[in-house]
Amino acid sequence: MANAPNVGLIPLFLASILTSNILLSNFLGTCSFISISKDFKSSMGLGVAVTMVIGICSAVCWAVLRFIIEPLGIVYLSFIIFIIVIAGVVQMLEMIIDRFSPSLYMALGIFLPLITVNCAVLGVILFMQIRSYNFLQSVVFGFGSGAGWWLAIMLLASIRTKLDANSAVPAGLKGTGITLITIGFMAMAFIGFSGMIAVQ
Amino acid sequence: MSLAAKKVIRDGLWTNNPIFVQVLGICSTLAVTNNLYNTMVMVLGVTFATAMGSWTLSLLKDLIPRKVRMIVQVLVLSFYVIIIDILLRAYQPAISKQLGPYVGLIITNCILMGRAEAFAAANKPGLSFLDGIMNGLGYGWVLLCIAAVREFLGFGSLFGIKVTGASFTPWTIMVMAPSAFFLVALALWGANTYKAKAEAKSKAGAGAGKPGAANPGAAAAAKR
Repeated sequence: MANAPNVGLIPLFLASILTSNILLSNFLGTCSFISISKDFKSSMGLGVAVTMVIGICSAVCWAVLRFIIEPLGIVYLSFIIFIIVIAGVVQMLEMIIDRFSPSLYMALGIFLPLITVNCAVLGVILFMQIRSYNFLQSVVFGFGSGAGWWLAIMLLASIRTKLDANSAVPAGLKGTGITLITIGFMAMAFIGFSGMIAVQ
Repeated sequence: MSLAAKKVIRDGLWTNNPIFVQVLGICSTLAVTNNLYNTMVMVLGVTFATAMGSWTLSLLKDLIPRKVRMIVQVLVLSFYVIIIDILLRAYQPAISKQLGPYVGLIITNCILMGRAEAFAAANKPGLSFLDGIMNGLGYGWVLLCIAAVREFLGFGSLFGIKVTGASFTPWTIMVMAPSAFFLVALALWGANTYKAKAEAKSKAGAGAGKPGAANPGAAAAAKR
């Protein structure tokens, strides 16, 4: 295994939220981002769920990668294994939340299955594998990326509630079109952070 | 059969284009559209995985219990993506390195699951295969157009070959993330406007045009 990059945990956390935001600079999780961000409350729910799932999955997948995949030399199977781990974690999280907090389950319930195929989760794990982070770095990177995604969807949802009420948008651009342009502007704004911290 | 096939081809490339109409699968591939060659490799990968995945899942559709359907779909699709990854690593190591995690992310490309669920689950293997190819290509031509604009303005080249003179100043923004969002939005705007115009036209000339336009779909449905 290659050595972990020499990156402090706090810079890594901030970088994964701001400078290399998983959505705005790596385009991951755009599909559900566009469809859910119509509604502020659902965005909140999905944001929480995604952050939890990415954080937990990156910890579990790090362990799986280090103790199962690498010793057995089955790196070529890692996509399938990661997907199974993600699906398993999502399923377990669903059961645990259902058992201990039915009200949270009611709020998050419909979003949890969607997360299995959210590219942001698999994306974070693949980045973790390629950059060979150590355990703490993986967890911090996972939660940071989730939080970055959450921040982005909350920002977009608040912009959209204002934007959808505005009728000045040309007919052909309504809905997805104007949302994409808004995301583009947000991405430009986030590039402004890149002078602060750079972690690649 | 041939009518159904024609409808599938038209749907995938235009009427039900994955990007313009379904707005699916833009996640993993936008990131590589600042370079035509990488985009082409990604598009071929997505087309291959969608077509083979749809074909396999259509063959298996009666054998898969409903409850575990999702996970079986994901496993079948990731099997094909692994094949792509191994081939790329072996024959195009430089490209594989550049694409990095985005090859693996084809698994979670919504088009694959979307077609498996929306089409392959209810249609014959051959037709599902065609549907996969057409959706891959419908997705591909839009992305290749976007990549052409981004590479031309961002690097002054096409497929890595310099096409502009020395006096050309590259647009840095085209290489960075925001431009991809802007260009997809512009493409979407153009497609929507064109569609709205075509619709208005067909409504204006309703008398003779309409039954002809409605028929292929109905015939295809009846043949199934």
